[in-house]
Amino acid sequence: MIDLDLTDPLAGVSPLQAPGVTLMVAGLGPLTLILPFRGKEDAVGAALGAELPAPGRSVQDGDRRITWFGKEAWLVSGAAVEADLSGLAAVTDQSDGWVAATLDGPAAREVLARLTPLDLRPTAFPVGAAARSELGHMPAAFIRTGEDRFAVMTFRSMAGTFWHELADAVRGVAARRGG
Amino acid sequence: MRLPCPICGERDRREFYYKGHALALNRPDPDADDAEWDDYVHLRDNPAGRTRDLWYHSAGCGAWIVVDRDTVTHEVFGATLAEDAEARDAAG
Repeated sequence: MIDLDLTDPLAGVSPLQAPGVTLMVAGLGPLTLILPFRGKEDAVGAALGAELPAPGRSVQDGDRRITWFGKEAWLVSGAAVEADLSGLAAVTDQSDGWVAATLDGPAAREVLARLTPLDLRPTAFPVGAAARSELGHMPAAFIRTGEDRFAVMTFRSMAGTFWHELADAVRGVAARRGG
Repeated sequence: MRLPCPICGERDRREFYYKGHALALNRPDPDADDAEWDDYVHLRDNPAGRTRDLWYHSAGCGAWIVVDRDTVTHEVFGATLAEDAEARDAAG
């Protein structure tokens, strides 16, 4: 049997620290996309031992995070899904399909404002909010994990551009803030 | 332009893919006559004013929605999920 090594698409990339914001690669752990069959949302939630968050929401519970991930779709990250969901949902392991970064600091929102059309003001996008949108021209997912902290995800194949766009925006915001 | 996705709320136009007039939801019966199929497949109005068209929230939640808007003033009056609009149309 062929032995395949899991490689990190952002290997060798260092965190970028700038006044007001730090950009870091985020390890998401196992990623499982769950698409409940029609009318089975409650049963899927019961099997997972958690209520599936409403559209636009993400809930952290210990190591595990459950994020609304589109119409009738949820992403479980941070912990493998052990529950048997056969007959309840379509389940795919997407652990190696995504890359993620964290923006942390009071200027994090300013950085993202350069890259996405999402309204990220705290009134529209509070802690625990989640959205699918665009980052530059890339499809991306956004989660507000803290007052000044965002997790951003995109497809693994776009890792290079993803990091370039984020780092560029961080430097741009830092320059404007006199950093 | 911002479109009110029934699931995600108001979102930027660039998150959406434009399909065309919402008559695509009113598919004729398989045995409908040629004129009716010709109309469904090929003929489109080009209204100056109010129109209903299909948009796909491709970079967002992935829902097909029907947007009610005005092509002259660019006012957007609202949007519904295509599946709901289809069920409503089918119910007459």
